[in-house]
Amino acid sequence: MSILVDKNTRLLGQGITGHEGLFHTQEMVNYGTRVVAGVTPGKGGEWLLDGKIPVFDSVRVAVEATGANTSVIFVPARFAPDALFESADAGISLIVCITEGIPVQDMMRVRNYLDQKGVRMVGPNCPGLLTPGEAKVGIIPGNIAIPGNVGVVSRSGTLTYEVLYALKEVGFGASTCVGIGGDPINGTDFIDALSMFEADPNTEKVVLIGEIGGTDEENAAEFIAVHMTKPVVAFIAGQTAPPGKRMGHAGAIIEAGSGLAEDKIKALKAVGVRVARHPEEIPSLLE
Amino acid sequence: MKLHEYQSKLIFSKCQIPVPKGRVATTSSEAKQIAEELGGRVVIKSQVLVGGRGKAGGIRLAKSAEESEDLAAHILSMEIKGLPVRKILVEEAVNIESEIYLSITNDRSTRKPVIIGSASGGIDIEEVAQQTPEKIIKVHIHPLLGLRDYQGRDIATGIDLSRQHWREFGQIAQGLWQIYKDNDATLVEINPLVITSEGRLLAVDGKMMVDDNALFRHSHLAEMRDLDIEEESEIEARKYGLSYIKLDGEIGCMVNGAGLAMATMDIIKLFGGEPANFLDIGGGAGSEKVAAALRIILSDPNVKSVMFNIFGGITRGDQVARGILTALDEVQPQVPMVIRLVGTKAEEGLKILEKSNMITATTLADAAKKAIAAAKEGQ
Repeated sequence: MSILVDKNTRLLGQGITGHEGLFHTQEMVNYGTRVVAGVTPGKGGEWLLDGKIPVFDSVRVAVEATGANTSVIFVPARFAPDALFESADAGISLIVCITEGIPVQDMMRVRNYLDQKGVRMVGPNCPGLLTPGEAKVGIIPGNIAIPGNVGVVSRSGTLTYEVLYALKEVGFGASTCVGIGGDPINGTDFIDALSMFEADPNTEKVVLIGEIGGTDEENAAEFIAVHMTKPVVAFIAGQTAPPGKRMGHAGAIIEAGSGLAEDKIKALKAVGVRVARHPEEIPSLLE
Repeated sequence: MKLHEYQSKLIFSKCQIPVPKGRVATTSSEAKQIAEELGGRVVIKSQVLVGGRGKAGGIRLAKSAEESEDLAAHILSMEIKGLPVRKILVEEAVNIESEIYLSITNDRSTRKPVIIGSASGGIDIEEVAQQTPEKIIKVHIHPLLGLRDYQGRDIATGIDLSRQHWREFGQIAQGLWQIYKDNDATLVEINPLVITSEGRLLAVDGKMMVDDNALFRHSHLAEMRDLDIEEESEIEARKYGLSYIKLDGEIGCMVNGAGLAMATMDIIKLFGGEPANFLDIGGGAGSEKVAAALRIILSDPNVKSVMFNIFGGITRGDQVARGILTALDEVQPQVPMVIRLVGTKAEEGLKILEKSNMITATTLADAAKKAIAAAKEGQ
């Protein structure tokens, strides 16, 4: 068991005919992920990876032909919002958006539309999902994690790899690793991932990796206090970061919290979460 | 990216938001000429991208064209919070009856834009929000539907605006929404929106922030960027696609990934050092990028050692190692370097770096301790 992706995932890739997309598609296939289709407008009819993956002109046609249920997006930022709308309209139920640098107003429109359709998005600006031993959707290196019962959720990219690696070094495996991404507007937040881990019988403990900015970690702390029976260990990056560039006065009004690491750490500790001082300390707090 | 007041007001006036008459000037004689055109009594406002211009003496009222020339000369010679005043806005002085606050910004928690109004404009709105939150009226805007007229009226009634101004206020609110949407703004703010003694509404101050990620579709805005507010090294870093922020410590950091870069800074501090910078080299670290990053880190004279922390995921360790070798060759750094290379092709990478005399480390903690020790020895 795991969350979001597993052996049954039928993956479609948007923007996987490009250099980077193709590289990661190869990696996903090597890992054992069932990549059933690619979509690049204008390249329908081609085949990728020695004839293993058919390419279609639209997501709708790809879904009809292959039964894809999950999409991963490598499309450049200026075209990514359209790719997201297209997947949602074609009946994809889970979209993982790797693309970084999408304008925030685009993401507000996308997120509100996806919510109306009941489509889950992970990302954007995220490393994706990894259920060790089953499926990898995105760019998390497969060899740094082993199957296990620790759920990992993170706003970061390489810092997530660092933590997975530290866990593996001492024999801890992951049920699923969820990279939710660092953008202000994203599809899946800490609370979404925590509640899925709480419900997943194969997840026994959870590692939460946060960073400065916003109030997601504080919200997660409130959720943990009420809903989590499984132990949570956290690490918050950015304790030494200079106070961020604030979004003018109006931003300060609507952001209830300060966005500072110390406030997030305080909120998490107050509800019984063990907070590591650095990433390599996380495994010892899980024992 | 922040826009200047005069830039924001140019955009305002194109979208039916009335602003005081006036123009921007760069010399005192220009200011005098504008003052003469406006009848003598003018406000002279320094155009620098910091708060507290008024308190610093950067906003002054001139009663005549002659006085405006003197005040303009004075303000143009000022530095406000370290920023030189290069431009001033010369505007007609307005007779103020009351002051309103009005803005649109992104509300992260609801994932929607929000329009914010208050009858207590003109002063520090953050203080109003803290002490009398009931005086702040917020209405969320559905991003797919846009600002509806009734929502503008909700703000008007919420701030007890008298009915005679509703129509004009509604137009201003719609103008603000248009500006927010068409420019990919993250903030559009009028503070104050003044009701003059003649009964007109006028945006006396204006502020805009624009989403950097959206500048690709707003080239006219990208040209408005004021480089004065950025460190030279930060501007240089942006050219190479690096994300760099200068700090005050002595240990330079080169890391791939923003979260990992912050965690690296944190661990340096945890073990008693001080990071000299935040630097994320991003994905695909070729030698050109690594060399640029190294030059930028070493341009800071406080740097006593440099810590490389590279997690080879998709980025391959051997490629980064070759990049570092080339960069070392080119930059010839004089301070000790500590490298921690983990993940994909890390062993090959470390083998390549054997030729250099870098200090190697296995764990993050080990690397931080070695970088701190090396910085101390060098002193």
